[in-house]
Formats: sequence, structure tokens, C-alpha cells
Amino acid sequence: MKKIIKYVMTDILRNRIVMIYTIFLLVTSFSVFSLEDNDSKGLLSLLNIILLIVPLVSIVFSTIYVYNSAEFIELLVSQPLKRKSIWLSLFAGLAGSLSIAFFVGVGIPILLYQANAIGGMMIGVGVLLSIIFVAIAMLAAVLTRDKAKGIGVAILLWLYFSILFDGLVLFLLFQFADYPLEKAMIGITAFNPIDLSRIMILLHMDVSAMMGYTGAIFKEFFGTAIGMVISFGVLLFWVLLPVWVATRKFNSKDL
Amino acid sequence: MLILSLFVCCHLATANTWHVGKGKGLRSVNAAILAAANGDTILVYAGTYYEKNIIVNKKLLLKGIGHPVLDGEKKYEVISVKANGSVIDGFTIVHSGVSSMEDMGGIKIYDSRDVVIQNNILEDTFFGIYVQYGKNCTVQNNQLVSYNPEEQQSGNGIHCWKSDSLRIIGNKITGHRDGIYFEFVTNSIIWLNTSFKNIRYGLHFMFSHNDAYIANHFRDNGAGVAVMFSHGVKMYSNVFEENWGDAAYGLLLKEISDSYIDGNTFIKNTSGIYMEGASRIHMQKNLFKNNGWGMKIQASCMDIEVTLNNFIGNTFDVSTNGSLVLNSFNRNYWDKYDGYDLNKDKIGDVPYRPVSMYSMIVEKNPPAMLLFRSFITSLLDKTEKVIPSLTPEALKDNSPLMKRLF
Repeated sequence: MKKIIKYVMTDILRNRIVMIYTIFLLVTSFSVFSLEDNDSKGLLSLLNIILLIVPLVSIVFSTIYVYNSAEFIELLVSQPLKRKSIWLSLFAGLAGSLSIAFFVGVGIPILLYQANAIGGMMIGVGVLLSIIFVAIAMLAAVLTRDKAKGIGVAILLWLYFSILFDGLVLFLLFQFADYPLEKAMIGITAFNPIDLSRIMILLHMDVSAMMGYTGAIFKEFFGTAIGMVISFGVLLFWVLLPVWVATRKFNSKDL
Repeated sequence: MLILSLFVCCHLATANTWHVGKGKGLRSVNAAILAAANGDTILVYAGTYYEKNIIVNKKLLLKGIGHPVLDGEKKYEVISVKANGSVIDGFTIVHSGVSSMEDMGGIKIYDSRDVVIQNNILEDTFFGIYVQYGKNCTVQNNQLVSYNPEEQQSGNGIHCWKSDSLRIIGNKITGHRDGIYFEFVTNSIIWLNTSFKNIRYGLHFMFSHNDAYIANHFRDNGAGVAVMFSHGVKMYSNVFEENWGDAAYGLLLKEISDSYIDGNTFIKNTSGIYMEGASRIHMQKNLFKNNGWGMKIQASCMDIEVTLNNFIGNTFDVSTNGSLVLNSFNRNYWDKYDGYDLNKDKIGDVPYRPVSMYSMIVEKNPPAMLLFRSFITSLLDKTEKVIPSLTPEALKDNSPLMKRLF
């Protein structure tokens, strides 16, 4: 299993796309911090990168990678190896290398310019988001046989999590404006890892506004140690669930 | 009559000094007051005194040496000043009575003028220093601490009622209901005080006209600072900090007119300034930094002139609740401004609209705050910037500055 992970990781890290992705992140992060006159605006731009670009690249790249290594997977399956360990190594390789790419591209500039609670939160959340979207990508790839369809599904999922879900929530908020929705909203965020990550960063970034009436409710939940543990737990759940389902599917899949 | 005036003259000429303390002749302050005449000095030496209520009904200088403790045993008002020109200096006053029938103070001035209360330490008092019908009185360099957690059980730190020409200078107030409270007080100055962690307001103004408060520091009070139903208030160079909560404001202005807000600093408040029914107010050279809302101006305000202020790092710069705008914004610096300056006159060529659409949405539907900074809301904000529909068209800064002012 270690050997497969090592092979997958070196293969990906040598991949030109991942190199470009890392350099892109590095250049934008540095330029964002050095161009903006105050660092909080820099963080704001980075927030958009973390919430949009990182999931997109993770999900699309992973889907394509899984399809492209179909022959390699077939080769491995013919060896005396458990399917589970093959699939999990593939996941670990992808997640590990994309996390490294993110950490080098965004984490290092943040540590250089904003080594504080917000920065730390951003790095943690970014790494988790990378891993979550690798997991979702692998689920999408194992569910559809056709490559084009699989990539389409991956992009649709990204679109759903980053844009459509929020639109839906906004719609619900206005439809049910007369009801006390604050507590329910906390529950709803658990259904979208991007939203959850955004709120966790927001609580550090816009702390004054978050102390307002509704914000205080969120702060009461997410701001406490238990709330933090729960939110990170939910994010971990978003990794484990797709990986578990995908592994089960892969075990019985006709290659 | 002649004899009487002679009597008074003699006493004025030979002002006596009375010593109170262990082994100093007199053992109690009340006995000294009884013995003293107008214009005398009473020196009280260190120790703890249980005197019940001390009534200063002559013009006296009461001076504590080494901060003697006057204990009210949680039953009595400690010092009641009822004579013009008295001075209370250097005492430690603890445990005044708490009553819901009368407003007991640590030190209370009744209907007197030219009284000076200075260098005292007040601990665990109901009202701290209470000025009722005072005129030309000075309250300076006192420290007031109260520990009562209940708003109903706690009095105000420095409470002034129906007074005129007061000077409240350099006091430090914490743990009271309101730090400093003014009702029907005119022509007074509040200068260099620090008011923090009070249960309700750091400073509370009601029906108090033509007062000034300058260079005070208000931090972490339950609801910030409130200035209500007054005109001619001057607020210069104060700091309003960390007033957090939905009903907490750095500065709450309600029914205020003809006032000046200059050179103040608002940092990390949920709302820097909240204005309702305010009119004819000049706001200049203030700094709004890292607030949730820099300013909330309700549509009921008019003729507010906001010029030459810095807005930096606020989640929302300005928000309002209607489309009517009778106020003007000019030459402010907004860090969110993304216009350009082609003719290099340091003034942006396109107007800045400080009210973002999302702040209007949050105003109507508070839980929507949850979606703040998500892609869809930034998209909505950008669309709104191009074609304003929800945000008030007239609320804009026509000449936003390109560079930070100070």
C-alpha cells in the first residue's frame, strides 16, 4: 500500500497541471498580500480562492486522474492486492499531493504574512477542502463509467456546492423569513462543506459583525471549543462518507 | 446683626484645622463636623470609620490622609454634601446602602454649588457620586468600582441630575449600571475619563444640552454610549472600543441635533455609530476601524454631514433602513473603494456607494448573515453596484479620497 501511495504521489507531483496549480496559487497569494495595502483585504481575496478555486481544481483534477489511471488500476487489480487498499492508496496519494500543493501555494504565503488565528484557520480549512473534494471526485468517478459524464458530474457537484446551494439557502431564508431560522441554519450549513468552512473563517475575520444578534448565535455555536470540534468533525465526515461509499462501490465494480 | 457678622468674620479669619483619627483628639468625622465652623479643615487619618451617614452641612475641606475608609455597612449613604464650596478629598468609600426607594450614593451632593469631589476611591457603592441640583461642581480623579451584576440592583457611577456647569475629569469607572449618567445637565464638560465594563452604558445622556465630552475612553460596556434627546453636544477625540452585541453601539444617537462629532475613534464595535432621528450633525475626522457596521443611519436622520472620515476594515461601512437620504457624505476615505483617479487630484472620479446590497438584505433578514462573503452574495453585490435597485440611490460619496487621511 505504501508503495502505491508513493508511486501515485510522485506521479502527481511531477504532473505539469499540479505544478502549474501550485505556482498559480503561490503567485496569486504573494501578489494579493503585496499589492493590497492592508492585509485583511488580502485575506479576503484569498478566501475566495480557497472557497472557489481549490475545490474546483481538486474535484476536476482528481476525476480526470482516476479515469486516466484506469489501465494502471486494472494492472494493480490483477496483482495479489486487495481492491480496498488499491483504492485507498489512490485516494491517499491524490489527497496528499493536492494538500501539499495547497500548502506550498497558499499556506506558505499566509504563514509569512498573516501567521495568526485567521491564517491558521484558512490553511486548515483549505487542506480539508482539498481532501473533501478529492473524496467527492472519486465517488463521482466510481459511479459513472463514461469519462465525459464523470467529469460533467464532478463539475456539476462543484457548481452545486459553491453556488447553487447558497442560492437555495438564500431563497429559503426569504421564504421563511417569519420563522426563527437561526438554529436551523446552523444545521443546514453542515450539508455543505464550503459553507461550513466559510463560516469558520468568517467568525475570525468579521468578528465584530458576527457579534450582532444572529451572528451571536453562530458565534455561540461555532466559536466555542465544542462547536469547533463538531464543525471539524463534520468536515471529516465529509471526507469519510464519500470515501467509504466509493470504496464499497469499487470493491464490487466490474472494471 | 453686627455681632453675628463679627462672629462670622472672626471665624473666617481663624479657620481651624481638626484632626480625626486614632490618638488625634477626635475619633469620629461626625464629631469633627459638629465642632467645626464654616471654612474649617478636617483632616482624617488612615483607619476604618463606621459613621453611618456623614452630613456635610458647613463649608468644609474634608481631607483624607492615607485614604481612610468610610464604611456605609450596606445601609447608609456615606457622605451627603449640603453646603456650598465643600471639598471631599482622598477618602476610600465602601459599601453604601442599596435602596429601591431612594438613590443612595457613596457621595451625594444636594442642591449645592462649587463643591469639589476629588481623589477618592469608591468601592461597592450603589450610586457612586451623585450630583443633584449641583452647580459649578468638580468631580475629578476618582476611581469607582462596583460589583453588582444585576442592572436593577446597581446604580450609576457618576450620576448628575438637573445640574449646570459641572466638570467631570479624569475619573475611572467600572462595574456600574451606567458609567456616567447625565439627565437635565447643561453647559458641562466630561474630560479624560475612562469608563469600561459597565452593565449598561459607558456614558448616558438624556435631555442634557450644550455639553462637551472630550478625550474619554469607553470600552466593553454592555451597550456602549448613548446620547439621547439633546442638542448642542460636542464629542471630540473620544475612543469607543469593543462594544459587542446586537443592541450594543459604539455611540447611539437618538433625537440629537446641532452637534459635533470630531476626531473620535471607533474600533471593533458591532455598530460604530447608530443614528435615529438625528439632525444637523457634523462628523469630521473620525476613524472607523474593524467595526461590524461603521455607521447605521436610519432614514429618520437629516442633514448629517459626514466629511473627511476614515473607514477601514469594517464589515459594512454604512447601512440604512430606507430609501430616503437627506444626509451628505463627502471626501471620506473608504478602503473598499475601487474607483480610479485619472486627473491625479487624489479624489476618486467615480462616486462610492458605502451601502452594500448585502447590508440591506441583512437589515431585513438577519440570518442571511450566514451567507456573507459567499460567491453568490458577492455576485449580487457586484450586480447591485452596476445597477442600483435595492440600495438608496442618493447615498453616495461623490468625492471619495484615494489615500487614507491620517
